[in-house]
Amino acid sequence: MQASDRFNINSQLEHLQAKYVGTGHADLNRFEWAVNIQRDSYASYIGHYPLLAYFAIAENESIGRERYNFMQKMLLPCGLAPEREED
Amino acid sequence: MDSIDIEIKKAQEDRRKMENVAPLSSVTFDADLYDGNRFEGYERSIAVNEDEEEGDGDASVLARRMASYTGPKSLLDVPRADGEDDSGFKKPSRIIDREDDYRRRRLNRIISPERNDPFASGEATPDASVRTYADVMKEQALQRQKEEMLKAVAKKHEEEKSNKAAAAEAQAPPAAAAQKRRNRWDQSQEADGASAVKKSKTSSDWDAPDSTPGIGRWDATPTPGRVGDATPSVSRRNRWDETPTPGRLADSDATPAAATPGATPAGMTWDATPKLGGLATPTPKRQRSRWDETPATMGSATPLPGAATPAAAFTPGITPIGGVDLATPTPGALNLRGAMTPEQYNLLRWERDIEERNRPLTDEELDAMFPQEGYKILEPPASYVPIRTPARKLLATPTPLGTPLYAIPEENRGQQFDVPKEAPGGLPFMKPEDYQYFGALLNEEEEEQLSPEEQKERKIMKLLLKVKNGTPPQRKTALRQLTDKAREFGAGPLFNKILPLLMQPTLEDQERHLLVKVIDRVLYKLDELVRPFVHKILVVIEPLLIDEDYYARVEGREIISNLSKAAGLATMIAAMRPDIDNIDEYVRNTTARAFSVVASALGIPALLPFLKAVCQSKKSWQARHTGIKIVQQIAILMGCAVLPHLRSLVEIIEHGLGDENQKVRTITALSLAALAEAAAPYGIESFDSVLKPLWKGIRSHRGKVLAAFLKAIGFIIPLMDALYASYYTKEVMVILIREFQSPDEEMKKIVLKVVKQCVSTEGVEAEYIRNDILPEFFRNFWVRRMALDRRNYKQLVETTFEIANKVGVTDIVGRIVEDLKDESEPYRRMVMETIEKVVSNLGASDIDARLEELLIDGILYAFQEQTSDDANVMLNGFGAVVNALGQRVKPYLPQICGTIKWRLNNKSAKVRQQAADLISRIAVVMKQCHEEQLMGHLGVVLYEYLGEEYPEVLGSILGALKAIVNVIGMTKMTPPIKDLLPRLTPILKNRHEKVQENCIDLVGRIADRGAEFVPAREWMRICFELLEMLKAHKKGIRRATVNTFGYIAKAIGPQDVLATLLNNLKVQERQNRVCTTVAIAIVAETCSPFTVLPALMNEYRVPELNVQNGVLKSLSFLFEYIGEMGKDYIYAVTPLLEDALMDRDLVHRQTAASAVKHMALGVAGLGCEDALVHLLNYVWPNIFETSPHVINAVMEAIEGMRVALGAAVILNYCLQGLFHPARKVREVYWKIYNSLYIGSQDALVAAYPLLEDESANIYSRPELSICFRGFHAECYVVEVMVKLVSSSKHGFFSFFLLLAGSRVPDPPDLSGGRRREVPGGASTIANEPPEVAAARRLLPSMHLLRDVLLNLQHEYYRNYGDSAHEYYRNYGDAEDERHACASMMHAVCRLPSAVCRLRASRCVYACMDDG
Repeated sequence: MQASDRFNINSQLEHLQAKYVGTGHADLNRFEWAVNIQRDSYASYIGHYPLLAYFAIAENESIGRERYNFMQKMLLPCGLAPEREED
Repeated sequence: MDSIDIEIKKAQEDRRKMENVAPLSSVTFDADLYDGNRFEGYERSIAVNEDEEEGDGDASVLARRMASYTGPKSLLDVPRADGEDDSGFKKPSRIIDREDDYRRRRLNRIISPERNDPFASGEATPDASVRTYADVMKEQALQRQKEEMLKAVAKKHEEEKSNKAAAAEAQAPPAAAAQKRRNRWDQSQEADGASAVKKSKTSSDWDAPDSTPGIGRWDATPTPGRVGDATPSVSRRNRWDETPTPGRLADSDATPAAATPGATPAGMTWDATPKLGGLATPTPKRQRSRWDETPATMGSATPLPGAATPAAAFTPGITPIGGVDLATPTPGALNLRGAMTPEQYNLLRWERDIEERNRPLTDEELDAMFPQEGYKILEPPASYVPIRTPARKLLATPTPLGTPLYAIPEENRGQQFDVPKEAPGGLPFMKPEDYQYFGALLNEEEEEQLSPEEQKERKIMKLLLKVKNGTPPQRKTALRQLTDKAREFGAGPLFNKILPLLMQPTLEDQERHLLVKVIDRVLYKLDELVRPFVHKILVVIEPLLIDEDYYARVEGREIISNLSKAAGLATMIAAMRPDIDNIDEYVRNTTARAFSVVASALGIPALLPFLKAVCQSKKSWQARHTGIKIVQQIAILMGCAVLPHLRSLVEIIEHGLGDENQKVRTITALSLAALAEAAAPYGIESFDSVLKPLWKGIRSHRGKVLAAFLKAIGFIIPLMDALYASYYTKEVMVILIREFQSPDEEMKKIVLKVVKQCVSTEGVEAEYIRNDILPEFFRNFWVRRMALDRRNYKQLVETTFEIANKVGVTDIVGRIVEDLKDESEPYRRMVMETIEKVVSNLGASDIDARLEELLIDGILYAFQEQTSDDANVMLNGFGAVVNALGQRVKPYLPQICGTIKWRLNNKSAKVRQQAADLISRIAVVMKQCHEEQLMGHLGVVLYEYLGEEYPEVLGSILGALKAIVNVIGMTKMTPPIKDLLPRLTPILKNRHEKVQENCIDLVGRIADRGAEFVPAREWMRICFELLEMLKAHKKGIRRATVNTFGYIAKAIGPQDVLATLLNNLKVQERQNRVCTTVAIAIVAETCSPFTVLPALMNEYRVPELNVQNGVLKSLSFLFEYIGEMGKDYIYAVTPLLEDALMDRDLVHRQTAASAVKHMALGVAGLGCEDALVHLLNYVWPNIFETSPHVINAVMEAIEGMRVALGAAVILNYCLQGLFHPARKVREVYWKIYNSLYIGSQDALVAAYPLLEDESANIYSRPELSICFRGFHAECYVVEVMVKLVSSSKHGFFSFFLLLAGSRVPDPPDLSGGRRREVPGGASTIANEPPEVAAARRLLPSMHLLRDVLLNLQHEYYRNYGDSAHEYYRNYGDAEDERHACASMMHAVCRLPSAVCRLRASRCVYACMDDG
């Protein structure tokens, strides 16, 4: 990388992206990515009221309960993290 | 010893004789020029403050306040370099050069030793050696006493002197004059005499036996930079050891410094050198040391040239180039004596330079100069004694600059000139000033021999040097290391190195910035460890708070704020308390500012108890003064943030209004003013308690205090309710009116300001102002004298303007209109400016016929009589009045135009320019007055003046023509456009910016509105000229040019223009080509792309890099400009872009990628997905490019595709690389994924791949498989989807559609279409992807999909009924699903939310493929 490139937007792009929760990087593993996907999904279900209503009807639950459930599931959406293999 | 004394005396006498008797053979310096004290009798500088408290006076406080928190205004006072050189580089500026005397007082402060940290030591009694708070306070008290004593003594002296002077007036002057005229040789001898006594006590080093070589340092390697070694009184080292070797500069530095007179007991042995063959025999003279002769040089401003480099002068044959080496250390020679003024450094540099040029020729040089044969080298006669008295030596040297002819100098690689020695170990170079601090680093000593402490110290020094002088990367790493190891190094060693550097007198802005940065970083790390050093740091940082550079002030505030957070309030107070009643006003001032920063960092409430105590201090008025000043500074610094604490702050200082000390009363009033200003428009209730004393005060005080009180009142009145404001204004007005006549400038300004503030408050009635204020106001202020001072002038104009807002135009203008004919021009200008402001703000409707006449008469007179006007006050005033009067000017227009015409013919360029400018200002009014004929006439006149040779004037004339053309239109213009334009064509060649800008504007205007009046041939000619204009520096010109291309193309058809432009793509100059591409794009936009695209694409076949790139760039701009229109052309250019995206040339791919981006963004949602996917396939392989521009363009193209195709598509491209085994690949793919994620996180939820569960972890998303069956359920699904879409903020429509439609492998039971399938009847299909299965379960048939879509469509049209009609007309008879899909897509594409629209279209599109 040249000296001039060091300060342009491209080199900062990754840094900028890293500020957001849910973005990934080259060392992300399957578990971490899946956690992000799950949380995004739950957030999305909760955020769209019609969808929440749909789930409520399908599961025969109240909408509030559904919302609560989804929120709870966001805590550990994929269960505990697997043991890291030594590398 | 006696003998030596005698000898010395004799020698001195000799010399004196010689100097006095034989002025020709010796040098008689012109004492006025060479004497160190040539400034004697002059004021060294004009005092900033008349007395020390002047700084608290209104104006400077105002200035400082303004400076303290407004960036741009502070710049007003910054002295700008007038002689800025053309190179565009700014020389690094030294702080000291722009400082005034007051600010320079920072150098007088001493970095105090560290203090006890009671928090760290806990209960233990601090060691006696540690300075505690009590010690410091005691010292402070002592110093106060001392200072007072000295003052008393001085006063007494003064009295005595004045008594004596009265008595002895007659004799004194001649004697004193004689004393003064004596040059410094005499003086030096006096000093000599003194030191001679001391010297006599020891014999010279030379005489001392060398019996103890170990002690005598013959062998010892001296460590340069260790100042201790250089003190001869301790070391007595023999100076012959120190013959400087290159690279050991500092070593030699030590020598002369050690030899400072008075401090040198050892005999001076330079003359005794055994190397000086001819001089080996001691002569009586030899005993005289040359050091003796110039004791004054060291300290005085003019070091004696030559004296410092004896070796060069004395050993011609022996040290051939040695002179150079020896000459170098001279500047350093004085370093160890402590801080030098920058002037001294410069002098020494200069001296060294001169020395170098005038060193005696060496034998080698002489050999080279003379032929080998025919010359004989003679022995010097036995009687020869080299000139040794510096005075005579100086005469002997030719003037350095007197070389009559230039000779090409031969390169001498051995010489070093000014280039400093290479520093060891990759250290950055050192400036001579730095040797004092970093000299130790030059010593190539084994690191291992040093103690760990010393090693640490050296490490810090190295890092600091790198930070101070190093290259940016060096600096960065050094800074990081300093930060990381801060705690390891420890606060003591760090600050002991950093802080002295900051006190360096020759520090530059940049260096200070860097060092301050170091402190800042280190502070964070050290945290509570800084406590003992707080005062030290403050001493160094406080001056930043009053620096004139805004950023320096901000930096200073930041450091002090961090410091107070790290050290805590108690430590800060303990450190600064002693300075609060320091005798030096400078110290108190900076301390007050520092305290205000502490208050803003730690909160005002924390500081309140302390402030209260300080403000009530009984001990000294200084403490009270500083305390109140702290409150003022807090108000200035924190602004409206003082509001919650306003009452307490006012209470703390209110008693100061009745203080016994006048300065305290003044500062209290000023602080109240600052508080009121900060609190405006709230908080009047907090000031209740001070109203009475303030209003009482203005009756009892005079002068400065009164001014301050008035100022406070001026700021408090605007906070009041209307009723009170009116009452209090009347109260204060009596005093104000009395003070109108005050001769004091400062008072005048304050009075004006207070009047302005009072008048602008609500409760003050116009009638009152008119009757009570105006007469006195105009009588006292509207006088010629006020126009002479810039600040008075401004303040007066502002105040009058404010009054006019209350009393109306007539009163004000009526009073001053006569003055437009005053004989003083500055005064006329002031009147004009006021009238302009008043009239342009309030209009002219109040002005009656008589006044109107007077006004016009006045402005005409003032305009004609002006001799110098750089700010265009008269012009603006004229324009404003004419525009305000509007149609009422009609009767005067002939007269005005006559004036203009006459002035257009004036000899002075400035007058002509102004006349032309005036036309452009009043053109609109002339049109209002229906004076078209007059305008036409003016047009003709202007047309005749187009031959003007002054570009500024020509520009104005063009501007005037433009104004006329604009208002009377193309058809009525005289001269007719067809005559005017050909005359403009050659002017387009003019390179002057103003001319270009006005000309291109005019031409563009004609091309836009009246192109048909001019033959196409002329337009083509103009096109060629315009190409040149694309080179203009000013963006406005280039933009106008490009737009003009568009107008011309529209007027005469694009073909010819395009041909010209395409040819221009071949030129070399980049900016020209870029502008051409823009112009092509604009032509395409104005004349529809289809007229341009074929020719443009054809041009791509030219096998030339620049042309092809130009074409691609044009395409990029073109698609950017045409936006949605691009959907008709995207298929046409796709093959070209394919080719470009596969080109070997990077720029091709880059430009093509940006074209793709614009294209994708333009056609998003318009059904061009197939082409876009196709192009994406060409763009995608470029994601691994590393060139910044290319990768940037590629990433942006992908972003564009995300918008156009939907995030799901891009995600599918991404998935292949996210977990690629090669890290480089993964990195790129994650970067793309991340920008995708940030751009459309929500939409991705529908598109994520299904991950399989692992043992303990659930990765799949079971919720997505939830569905429910039955007809009602289906209806419900439809309803849900309709709602989702109509809420139109999200991509869930696409989510369902995607599930339903995408990638369905077209099984017969799904694509059958028409039949309504039994709900839940779908069977499992082999190898079916899970999401498709889910989709199938959810939406059993395409038929249902159609229902969904139709429902959606109804919903949509229910909301957006307008276009429903159109829809049914077009698509009402849709027959099959495919058609329905198509029509739906159309409907979807009109959804209000772009995001929703895009995704929906994408999915419907997918359905079409499948269905």
